[in-house]
Amino acid sequence: MTVARPGSHPSPKRKRGSGSAPTVEALAGASGSDRSAARAEARGSSWNPNIIVFACNWCSYAGADTAGVSRVQHQPHFRMIRVMCSGRIQPGFVLRAFEKGADGVLVSGCHIGDCHYVFGNERALEQFEKTKNIVKLLGLEEGRLRLEWISAAEGARFAEVINEFTDQVRALGPSPLANSDQLSAVSYQRSAKAARLRAES
Amino acid sequence: MPDIAETARTTRAWACYDCGKCTATCPIARAGSNYTPRRHVLATNLGKREIIDNGSLFDCLTCSLCDQRCPADVGYTGLVRKLRELSFREGVEPECPHGGALQSVMRTMAKGGTKQNRLEWLSSDLKTEPKQGEVFYWTGCTMYYDTFFTDFQLATLEATRAAVRLMNNLGVTPVVSPDERCCGHDLLWNGDRKNFELLARHNIKLVAERGAETLVISCAECLRTWKLDYEPLFEGKPPRILHLTEYLAEYLPKLKFHANPPAKRRVTFQDPCRLGRHLGIYDAPRRMLEALPGIELVEMRRSGPAAICCAGGTWSNCDRFAKQIQVERLREARATGADMMVTACPKCQIHFRCAMKDPNLGSEIEIEMRDVAELVADALEKADG
Repeated sequence: MTVARPGSHPSPKRKRGSGSAPTVEALAGASGSDRSAARAEARGSSWNPNIIVFACNWCSYAGADTAGVSRVQHQPHFRMIRVMCSGRIQPGFVLRAFEKGADGVLVSGCHIGDCHYVFGNERALEQFEKTKNIVKLLGLEEGRLRLEWISAAEGARFAEVINEFTDQVRALGPSPLANSDQLSAVSYQRSAKAARLRAES
Repeated sequence: MPDIAETARTTRAWACYDCGKCTATCPIARAGSNYTPRRHVLATNLGKREIIDNGSLFDCLTCSLCDQRCPADVGYTGLVRKLRELSFREGVEPECPHGGALQSVMRTMAKGGTKQNRLEWLSSDLKTEPKQGEVFYWTGCTMYYDTFFTDFQLATLEATRAAVRLMNNLGVTPVVSPDERCCGHDLLWNGDRKNFELLARHNIKLVAERGAETLVISCAECLRTWKLDYEPLFEGKPPRILHLTEYLAEYLPKLKFHANPPAKRRVTFQDPCRLGRHLGIYDAPRRMLEALPGIELVEMRRSGPAAICCAGGTWSNCDRFAKQIQVERLREARATGADMMVTACPKCQIHFRCAMKDPNLGSEIEIEMRDVAELVADALEKADG
């Protein structure tokens, strides 16, 4: 899996709605929290969600690229995890994201019939249904999880889905599991060490 | 926190005289794996750190069959669990099957903060008490299992419903709570004591607040955890903890079974490792089955203390050896001539049903599987509901 930021962050120079837009220099010196605060202010809200987007290599990830190169503006409060096929996205991925405090999770893949692996996205759909039911049992709001099919050509649609989903999750507020991130820090160190040990053996 | 030397002391590993009976009995070793309890005990006695680092501890089924056979009374299963805790602290984790989804669910419950929707299975004919009551029925996580394992028509919730129906039939309205959380069994056996204790403290408090004096549990793993692993954490008087079959056996004369069973069934009982070897409960489920009209109980070649487990107890090991153990056990069940395998643990059902999906074996190892609670509830006189 590759963790990547989509190449579509709104350029600070172009930000609208504020007469005194911060300069590039000021932003470069600003800490991460200052920056997200600036963005939140621009959206008229004090809080920005943390969203995890799972995207397949062949359609949705390329769709995000299309949005980026076409300079379609969209909200930047998500991290993308690229997988080869949406069929790879099993309940464990999504549940782990929520466990570690993600406020929303978006699962995306090729449209049904367009899968690069023929039926991978049908499997993704099955896995998603199962995941959704587990999330419901756990008592998380259903609105925090969404499945969308986005093709490589649908840059504008990618931006639209992201904006809509970000607003939806923002309206729900922080995930009830987001407050104690102590745990995730510990288990991150743990999995890093486990991976190292495995590589050495 | 115990270290290797202390583990050797407290589990009687020091008493080992290297006879190798543990490895000779170990189901995984017999299935052809390189796994060897004998060498683990030896390494523990010599204080070798590799045992903690190489992750091999997570291959153990913790079925406790070796403990049963050990002439020196070494507690190998306890040894594995203590060393797994050390391993886990060092950052070595099991290769969780199912992408770690179930561990995530358990840790999410340990974190808390959400209100679970875990009681949607309660149908209108079942009477339960949401607040205070003398008897607390511990549902376990069957609702999660049925939701997650959609591939093999799993219906472990049927047993959960049957348990409430049976208690209602005895005139008992059990307390059932949506605030119940995972008992922490699997996390503890994966070495994650921190999250286990979070869950344990929450659950102990919950049952105490409901004023329950008796806690009835139908899942073998939850029962083990409540009876043995929660014990040091209780504050004040712990409730009386019973397996559903133990509870029912006490009231056996009060249960009214219908006189004319629709069909005679030959069944065999799969002892869950937690219920049998871990807790020594062999008779109660058998007494219940034998009391049922139209049910003939036949034993498998290896039953009771010698029973072979489902090979997937702690969500930390699933491999070709586990599959082989399951297939062999299913063949044993079929060899009895029984047409149903009855058990008392949802995980037995999950793992054997999974093995039955093997397309190469197909109908060769197929057998109907149900929980003992379902059978008893089905045999009730219908007039009572």
